[in-house]
Amino acid sequence: MQPGTKEAQPGQNCVLKVQNLTVVLANRTIIDNLSFTVAKGESLTVVGPNGAGKTVLLKSLLGLLPHTGTVEWNRHIKVGYVPQRLPFIREIPMTVRDFFNLKGHSADTRDEVIGSMDFPRAMLDSQVGALSSGQFQKVLIAWSILGKPNVLLFDEPTTGVDIAGEETVYALLEKLQRERGLTMLLVTHDLSIVYRFSTSVLCLNRHLVCFGPPNEVLTPESLRELYGAEIKYYRHTHD
Amino acid sequence: MTDLMNWQLFFSLLTGISIGCASAYLGAVMLTRRMALVAGPLGHLTLPGVALGILYGFNVSLAAFPFVILGIVVIWWLEAKSRLPMEALTAIVFASGVAMTFMFLPVQQAEVALIGDISHVSLRETIASVALSVALLLIIRHIFRPLVLATVAEDLARVEGINVRKYNLIYLVLIAVIVALGVKMVGGLLTAALVAIPAAAARNASHGLGQYAGTALGIGGASSVLGIIISKVFPFPAGPLIILVSTIIFLVTLFWRKWNA
Repeated sequence: MQPGTKEAQPGQNCVLKVQNLTVVLANRTIIDNLSFTVAKGESLTVVGPNGAGKTVLLKSLLGLLPHTGTVEWNRHIKVGYVPQRLPFIREIPMTVRDFFNLKGHSADTRDEVIGSMDFPRAMLDSQVGALSSGQFQKVLIAWSILGKPNVLLFDEPTTGVDIAGEETVYALLEKLQRERGLTMLLVTHDLSIVYRFSTSVLCLNRHLVCFGPPNEVLTPESLRELYGAEIKYYRHTHD
Repeated sequence: MTDLMNWQLFFSLLTGISIGCASAYLGAVMLTRRMALVAGPLGHLTLPGVALGILYGFNVSLAAFPFVILGIVVIWWLEAKSRLPMEALTAIVFASGVAMTFMFLPVQQAEVALIGDISHVSLRETIASVALSVALLLIIRHIFRPLVLATVAEDLARVEGINVRKYNLIYLVLIAVIVALGVKMVGGLLTAALVAIPAAAARNASHGLGQYAGTALGIGGASSVLGIIISKVFPFPAGPLIILVSTIIFLVTLFWRKWNA
């Protein structure tokens, strides 16, 4: 279990239970009294404008930031985390193979993971610093699922990724979700992703604006409250 | 007399190679933290200890060690409390080291403190330096994987359950040992270079992590050997020569990289 989080048993089907989560950093309240739950197999997208506390929320759930309130993870789950960026990783000579080795899994496990996600083997010998943002994102996703997690926390999957790369990342996420039955927590400012992936959506702007299935809770009113002004959004339906 | 000189040269070379390799290997990890210069201020912080060693006639590295440890404990504690970048804290701590030194060390005796002296090492000092350097190399090798992960991706490391604070402390203690050893060889002013330059040169010349660490280690050892040998031929002190040799290697790798880009 992660440091700083409370281990508990929020019920068989519940993966995560958050109650009254408040995060104060440098005397500023970043997240105010947030409560929600995530069920097994669910795909929750956290949306909100820049500075709404989305990344801070993910880091608090992982126990990486000090907080009050409770964050209770189901005892039987294993969490994988895909951060938004790793600013220092391009500073030293490191191949993709080296980066995987840092996780300490066997080459067989690694090969199985990269084989399952259409990952060109030749990329193992590329320098991490020479990868495109899309390729690097793919490496990070592979890295995170190496330990066979059942929950994946994903921070802004497509930051700095071009449109073709975005599509690859989204397709990969859908594939992972389908094949591995992962519970996903996704943070994004990209509303279009919500209808594509999410079984539920959490609108965050320091406090909870709305929470529930996207079709029910994403109304023009809640979006206006979330983004503070009239915004354009489109709704993508599958029927 | 010649025999004695030969033995002396052998001791110097042995001490130089082991300290050169160990500091370069540690430097390979430090460079990733943008922290190579931490060794600089810590080097300066050894100066009061070195001064006491010179004035009262005991081993310079031994005298320097408690001062570096004190500095590191203060920096580590401040980092945990204030969350200021370690570089900034180190800079705050180090100036006091230099100031304190010149309160009581006569300037004419300062040369050894400032640029070191590896031309007169005893058998006992050689054995101690080699043993400590080998221990250091083994420890760094053992914790290399979590250390690099905590360095390049602290959040990922913590999610993996790596105790980053523990590794920070181990890492700082290793720096303290290397700085105390290095001060004997190149003096308080140049220890940072002993750590930083081989790693910087290796970075220019390497593709992967293993090659990078190995090249750094090789450059560290080779610079020491060449520096000490040149000092036997020309009338220059070994410490600055060791640093200049590694600087030349760094420049060569820089041009090599530009050439191959």
